[in-house]
Amino acid sequence: MTIWKLVTSEILHRRMNFALGVLSVMVASASFIGSVTLLRIHDLRTGQILEVKQEELAKRMAELKDDTRKAMLKLGFNIVILPKDQNLADWYAEDYASKYMPEDYVHKLANSGIVTVRHFLPSLQQKIEWPERKRKIILVGARGEVPNLHRNPVKPMVQPVPPGTISLGYEIHRSLDMKVGEKVKLMGKEFTIHACHKERGNKDDITAWIYLAEAQELLDKQGLINAILALECICAGMDVLPLIRKEIGAILPGTQVIERGSRALARAEARTKIEKEAQIAIEKEKLGRQHLRAVRERLASILTPVIVTACAVWVALLGFTNVRARREEIGVLRTLGVCRRGILVMFLSKHILVGVLGGVLGFCAGVLAAFYFSTALEGKRIWITGMDLSMAGLLVLSVGGAAALAVIAGWIPTMTAIRQDPADVLREE
Amino acid sequence: MLEFKNISKWFDGPEGKVTALDEVCLSVSPGEFLAVRGPSGCGKTTLLLTAGGLLRPNAGQVSLDGNDPYALSPEKRSQMRARMIGFVFQQFHLIPYLTVQQNILAPSLALPAKGADQRAQELVSRFGLDDRAGHVPAQLSTGQRQRTALARALLNKPKIILVDEPTGNLDEGNADIVFGYLSQYVAEGGCVLLVTHDARAAAHATRTLQMVDQRLIE
Repeated sequence: MTIWKLVTSEILHRRMNFALGVLSVMVASASFIGSVTLLRIHDLRTGQILEVKQEELAKRMAELKDDTRKAMLKLGFNIVILPKDQNLADWYAEDYASKYMPEDYVHKLANSGIVTVRHFLPSLQQKIEWPERKRKIILVGARGEVPNLHRNPVKPMVQPVPPGTISLGYEIHRSLDMKVGEKVKLMGKEFTIHACHKERGNKDDITAWIYLAEAQELLDKQGLINAILALECICAGMDVLPLIRKEIGAILPGTQVIERGSRALARAEARTKIEKEAQIAIEKEKLGRQHLRAVRERLASILTPVIVTACAVWVALLGFTNVRARREEIGVLRTLGVCRRGILVMFLSKHILVGVLGGVLGFCAGVLAAFYFSTALEGKRIWITGMDLSMAGLLVLSVGGAAALAVIAGWIPTMTAIRQDPADVLREE
Repeated sequence: MLEFKNISKWFDGPEGKVTALDEVCLSVSPGEFLAVRGPSGCGKTTLLLTAGGLLRPNAGQVSLDGNDPYALSPEKRSQMRARMIGFVFQQFHLIPYLTVQQNILAPSLALPAKGADQRAQELVSRFGLDDRAGHVPAQLSTGQRQRTALARALLNKPKIILVDEPTGNLDEGNADIVFGYLSQYVAEGGCVLLVTHDARAAAHATRTLQMVDQRLIE
C-alpha cells in the first residue's frame, strides 16, 4: 500500500469532489490562458493590419515617386547653382546668368559626397542672335549628367545632346519649318537636328540645345559654365533648401543656390505630404489598436483575478468538504501510526493532481476559447500555427500556476486535516 | 508490556472539569488477555486511547515496553504506535474506498515493510476473507468487517492489541469468532487490553477488571 494508491483510490471514490476541483482550476486556468492568448492574438492582428497598411503606403509612394520622376523628366531641375556674383534680378529678367564659373565646379560637387542632391547638369546659357536665321534664341550648351558617386547611381533624367547635333524648341522649328535630321548652321558651325521638341509654353520653346563644349567654343567661354542645374532628390519638401544651400555653400563657396518653383517640386512636396498623412493614419491605427489592447488588458486584469480568486475559494471549500468527509479516515490513519507528514503528502498530492489536470485542461480550453472568440473580436480566426506564441511555455505556466493555485487553496483545509486529533474522532464513537 | 501508574485524565467542559480517569493503575503482560468492564461513560475509551499514545494523561505515567510514549516526539510516538500497537474498534473504522486486502495493508503506510503484501494475503486467508479480498467494506457483512479490522490490527505483528467493544455490533456467533482470534493471538505471546460493557467478553479474558467512577477495581 502506498500513499499514491490511497490518493487514487480516494479520487475514484469521491469522483464528484475531484471533478469539481479540476473544473474550478480549469476555469481559473482557462480564464488566464484565454486572456493571454487573446492579447497575443490582438498583437498579431495589429501587426497584420499595420503590415498591410505599410505595404499599401509603400505601393502608393512608389507610384507617386514614379509620377514625380516622370514630371522631372518633362520639367527639368528645380535647383540652380549660379556664380556668387550673379545679380539675381538680372537672372530673373533674362532667365540666364551673365556671370560664369569654372566647369570643374560640377565635378567638385559630384565628388564631394553631397547627400542632398543627386543629379547635376552643367550648362552654359546665353541669349544670342542666330546670325544665319536672324532670330533671337536662347542657346544652351549642355552635356550629360555628372553622376553623384556617393549616391546610388540612377537612370539619368536628361539625355545629353550628342556633339555635332542640335535640339530645337517648338517655336524655333515650327516657325523655321525645320525637321529632325536636317542640317543647319549656327554661328558658322554645322549641326544636325537631333530633336524637335513639342510645345512647352515656356522659354524652352525658343531654346536651342547643343553639346556643352561646342557652346563654349561658339561663345568663346572655354572651360566655363554659368549654371549647374540640380535636383534635390531627398524630396523633403519646403525645409530642404537651407540644408542644400548649407551643403553646397561649404563645397562651392563661390556659388549661390536658388530654388526654381516647379510642378515637380510641388509634386514632391505633395508626395511628402501624402506620405506624412499616411504615416499619421498608420500611427492613428496603431494608437487605436493600442487603446483597444489597453482596454482589453484592463478588463482581463480585473476579470482574471476575480475568476481565479473565486475558483481558489471554491477549491478551498471543496478541500474543507473533503477533509470533513474524511475525518474518520484521517483519525484511523493517525491511529495506525501514519504521521502528520503522511497526511500532508496525502492531501497535497491530491491538490497537485487537481492542479495539474485542471491546468492542462484549462490550457486547452483557454486556447480554444481564444481562437473561437478571435473571430468575434478580430473579425478573423487566427490559428495557432500563425501565432508568435510560445505554447510550450504557456502550457508550463498554466500547469505550474494551476498546481500552485490548487495547493495554496487547499493549504488551509490540509492544515486542518493534519491538526485533527485522532483521539477526538475515536472518542466520538 | 503496558503499565499505568496513577494515570489521571480530565477534560475542561462547559460545566467545569470532567474527570475521565482517576489515578488508574494497571499492567498487562505478554500472554495476558485483560478485560476492563464498565458502563458507558465510565472512561473505558479514554483508558484505551491513553494506552495507545493518543491521549496524553494529565497526571501519572504510561509505560509501553519500558518506554513512556508521551516522552517521545509526535513523529516517534506515531512510529512506536505503528510498530507495537494494534487497534480494534467497535465501529471497525475501515477505509470505505479500499478493498479488504488494501484495508488490511493500511498500517504499512506508516511502517512500510517487505513482505507486507504476502502477510496481508496470509491474514485474508486466516480470517476466512479470501472470497471478499477485493470487496470494499460496504459490500461486507458486519462480522466480515470486524474480521477485516482485526486482521488489519495484526499486520505489523504488534506486541499489544487494544480492543474497544469489539462485539458491540456482532451476533453471538461472530463475537465468538473474534474472541477466538484474540485468544489465539494471546496464546502466541501477544497481549490484549479489551474494554467492554459486555459480560460475555470477560469470559474469554485471562483477567478482568471493573471500572467504576473512573477508577479500576479488581
